[in-house]
Amino acid sequence: MAEYRLEMRGVSKSFPGVKALDKINLNVRPGTVHALMGENGAGKSTLMKCLFGIYHMDEGEVYLDGERVDIHNPDDALQKGMAMVHQELQPIPERTVAENMYAGRYPTKKFGPIQVVDHKKMFEETAKWLDDVKMPYNPKAKLGTMSIAQMQSVEIAKAVSLQARVVILDEPTSSLTDNEVEALFRIIRDLKSRGVSLVYISHKMAEIREICDDITIMRDGTYVGSWNMNDITDEEIVKQMVGRELTNIYPPKNDAAVGEVLLEVKGYSSIHERSFQDCSFKLHRGEILGFGGLVGAQRTELMEAIFGMRHINKGEIYIKGKRLNIRRPQDAIRGGIGMITEDRRGTGILGCLSIADNVSISSLDQYLEMGVKLDKGKIEQLVQDNVAKLSIKTPDSKTLIQSLSGGNQQKVLISRWLANNPDILIMDEPTRGIDVGAKYEIYQIMIELAQQGKGIIMISSEMPELIGVSNRILVMCNGHITGEVQGEEATQERIMSYATQF
Amino acid sequence: MDTKKTNIVDVLINNGIVILILVMVLIVGITKENFFSMSNFSNISINVACRFIIAIGVSGCLITKGTDLSAGRSVGLAACLAGTLLQRADYSGRFELTSNFPELNVWLILLVCVAFCCIFGLINGVVVAYLSVPAFIGTLGMQMIIYGINLVYTKSVPLGGYRTDYTVIANGKLFGLFPYLFIIAIVIGAIMWFIYNYTRHGKYMYAIGGNEAAAEVAGVNVKKTKIIIYVSAAALYAIAGFLLGAKSGGAGVNTGNGYELEAIAACTIGGVSVNGGIGRVSGVVIGVLVFELLKTCLQFLGIDPNYQYIAQGIVIVVAIALDIRKYIAKK
Repeated sequence: MAEYRLEMRGVSKSFPGVKALDKINLNVRPGTVHALMGENGAGKSTLMKCLFGIYHMDEGEVYLDGERVDIHNPDDALQKGMAMVHQELQPIPERTVAENMYAGRYPTKKFGPIQVVDHKKMFEETAKWLDDVKMPYNPKAKLGTMSIAQMQSVEIAKAVSLQARVVILDEPTSSLTDNEVEALFRIIRDLKSRGVSLVYISHKMAEIREICDDITIMRDGTYVGSWNMNDITDEEIVKQMVGRELTNIYPPKNDAAVGEVLLEVKGYSSIHERSFQDCSFKLHRGEILGFGGLVGAQRTELMEAIFGMRHINKGEIYIKGKRLNIRRPQDAIRGGIGMITEDRRGTGILGCLSIADNVSISSLDQYLEMGVKLDKGKIEQLVQDNVAKLSIKTPDSKTLIQSLSGGNQQKVLISRWLANNPDILIMDEPTRGIDVGAKYEIYQIMIELAQQGKGIIMISSEMPELIGVSNRILVMCNGHITGEVQGEEATQERIMSYATQF
Repeated sequence: MDTKKTNIVDVLINNGIVILILVMVLIVGITKENFFSMSNFSNISINVACRFIIAIGVSGCLITKGTDLSAGRSVGLAACLAGTLLQRADYSGRFELTSNFPELNVWLILLVCVAFCCIFGLINGVVVAYLSVPAFIGTLGMQMIIYGINLVYTKSVPLGGYRTDYTVIANGKLFGLFPYLFIIAIVIGAIMWFIYNYTRHGKYMYAIGGNEAAAEVAGVNVKKTKIIIYVSAAALYAIAGFLLGAKSGGAGVNTGNGYELEAIAACTIGGVSVNGGIGRVSGVVIGVLVFELLKTCLQFLGIDPNYQYIAQGIVIVVAIALDIRKYIAKK
């Protein structure tokens, strides 16, 4: 028998302009749980997509029980004994547990001349497999009525029913309660005892400690190393995950003393139990406040709630000491808040509209003649000013925003808020998908705005950016603010240790 | 050189329907005697006027990714309402319910029609904006409701015997040359053009159509804007219905039946994107004109009316296919 159940050797994958994976190795012993860790964007998901044939790897080989395999698509992987339980499950909520388990491979029987689905057999088999993982759910229950944890067990039962030798769990506990996590771990141990190998992708140190035997760490698309869990400490893991130099260059920070409190958030809690809870913080004039944390820490959700895009259960907002009730973005805008969302295409740009329209849409009230007619001359002047000030590269103000590059689109969105002159600007991943040169320009704009006395909140998942630009950093984990780091004391290790607290 | 060539081809394909109709107009105009005549043009302009007012109403709904299937029935209701209130005192077949009403000012009646239809527009707007019912379904329901109300109100009695101060609105001509209807349509078109291009409401409308979620984040009051759109659309249907009644000199429960679909088709031919965010008043003019010219050409050619429907159907499908093609090509 081969030493390893699953072996990935020297896997490389490039996307235009980016080397996403550079000679990654992953060796999983039979009957063990193997942790795969790395920062956001380290390439864990890309590696798994290569394994399942969703991406075609440029280089590298995959061996299952010592035998070389070529995998073309997820279905192919399943046939060869590899199953994946996704971070975001994609079940068919309106159908039954059994139908979800057997989707695409329904047992059939002859009904006269035609093949029909053998429901009786399907329900019996499903019950048997669910029993096997000690999850005695009703196979006839609609999947949509079950909890995420239960849906996950159904996915795992499906993997077992396919006699999977390798099961990948991608952040399986991100939306589970403690009890559910315990139940999941019971299933995992049970699978282990039957010789199934599992790859466990997670950011949560405590869980990895509890359930995993080996660990492989990735960083920036490269292979850092593999260890037996007994041979490596938590601190060492964090260090290996972030251990890189700050390569980007950042403009000098705003050193002006921070002023009065512009925004105070008290006890903000989402209506969803597993989203942000009890978050409180203050933002000062002239400050860039960074929000760090791993994907799923609920930073975006918190900011969107502050801006009135999401519902809250409780919590209060004070702007310059005055209570403000924010129920929709308009309320926030009137209170002097601007928001650049993470999803530029989805909730930022108005794609089929011109740059002029995109810049002016939030401040049209200022350009009315006689209360009705828009003064196009003034709007054009506004756009020209911003195009010059933020050096937006565009032929003219009538160009459709969708034809600009990401960096220029972002600058147009910044102009939109500048036209409104908010005191507070929330920027969610402001440099995502933007090339290095434009990034620098956006940092400069942010610092300039802070110098002018605005308060800026920046969510960033890029640790160097967070440290390089923020005056102060709050770290979130699992919906809670878990730590605060002053800019000069910020290190990647400190942030990461707060970000992996739960 | 190469790119220029494909550009010409693109322009030809993208405007295929308009070009086709123009060619057809030329051919019909040259082969048939009365086509290029003042009376025919005046006739076409009157027909286009009513259709345009309806289409410009629907266009706002389409631009915000909605639609309004209650347009045609609203037109019918307004026509009937106006009809029942504007019959000659000496007309023998006067509508029972209103037979004792005093002779009211024509423009007052227009206001009554507009106000009445706006109630339904308001309901449409609230259903679409606040209850998030898909516009297709919400306005489909309204279509039936309005038809029902019209049936209840008129008891399916056909209306006629209108006062001359009412019918003159449609039949009269300024300087004996420009039909009043045509002038009214131009004024409405100009107002709508101003609203679409020079007001906050217009900008918000395009923003919502372009990306509703982003518009919301940008501080656009999406719900209010949508309600204004559906209400003003209803007002336009009322005006169109009022004028249509004057033009035909009569109205019945089936007046305006199916006009919403013709209006949607005309908008699409005129470049109002079914994907939202795109559409110009000038485009709607062209769309309505193309559709009306098509009908007139087919009549002049003496084509069986049954076949005319087939031709119109083909034009709609091809026009939308071409519109979608523009959208896909951009990806």
